[in-house]
Amino acid sequence: MFWLQYAAPQRLYGLAGRIYPLAFALAAALTAVGLYLGFWVAPADFQQGQAYRIIFVHVPASWMSMVIYVAMAFWAWLGLGFKTRVSGMMTQALAPTGALFCFLSLWTGALWGKPMWGAWWVWDARLTSELILLFLYLGYIALTRAIDDPHRADRAGAVVALVGVVNVPIIYFSVKWWNTLHQGASVSLTKSPSMAAVMLWAMLVMTLAFWAYAVGMAFYRVRQTILEREQDAAWVGELKEIAP
Amino acid sequence: MSWNSWEEFWDMGGYAVFVWGSYGVVFVGVAVELWLALRQRSMVLLALRRSREEAYAGDAP
Repeated sequence: MFWLQYAAPQRLYGLAGRIYPLAFALAAALTAVGLYLGFWVAPADFQQGQAYRIIFVHVPASWMSMVIYVAMAFWAWLGLGFKTRVSGMMTQALAPTGALFCFLSLWTGALWGKPMWGAWWVWDARLTSELILLFLYLGYIALTRAIDDPHRADRAGAVVALVGVVNVPIIYFSVKWWNTLHQGASVSLTKSPSMAAVMLWAMLVMTLAFWAYAVGMAFYRVRQTILEREQDAAWVGELKEIAP
Repeated sequence: MSWNSWEEFWDMGGYAVFVWGSYGVVFVGVAVELWLALRQRSMVLLALRRSREEAYAGDAP
């Protein structure tokens, strides 16, 4: 299969260098469209007034915090199962962005919860499981950075990523499984969305923007991990960016 | 169009602190992450350049 050639760090370095500028450009363009739709086209909410506009960053950040963790678990599984060299590098490259989105989800949630529920924080199933996700991200980052040997760090990190991924469906279904203060899903695969079309569009465009940003960031960051791990390889010495 | 003036826009129906507090932290978080990633790249490249120069210096008679 042709894409397996990118399992070689050298090929991934080149591919990542071509992808990240496109992903960042796409993220910027989608953000501009998403914010325009969210702030200028979408009307005020009939119940929440203007405060609901937090949704255009809160939901995309929350979704991406889960998507990135699943992506990490996928790479971890690939790394443990097939011993591909770049898997651990991709897992590590994704983690900081996932942690950032998870933090942003909790922060924007607190700023939305205060005016709507009267509380910055409640120990509700949705909020608590998202907080656990943040601790999983931070635990993954701390663990992989504490181990000097890259292969052992990758393996230990992969175990955290794979064990922790059970938390993702718990977050997603928490609003169904428990009685929560957090509202149910506004968008689901089985029902038509419970929100106005333009609001939905703004939210989806912002989600794609965050997605493109995460792709750009992961591919930008993985190049540095590749350079550090392959610093003795001949191809690294020939790169024009390190020519004196 | 949902706004009659910029004042109305910035006021966000009285929820300015919450709405701009959310968007502000998202912006700052993304800016900090980009800055850290750029800094990391320049540090990695610098370390590689140095070790290469040292290797050349070692080869010299």
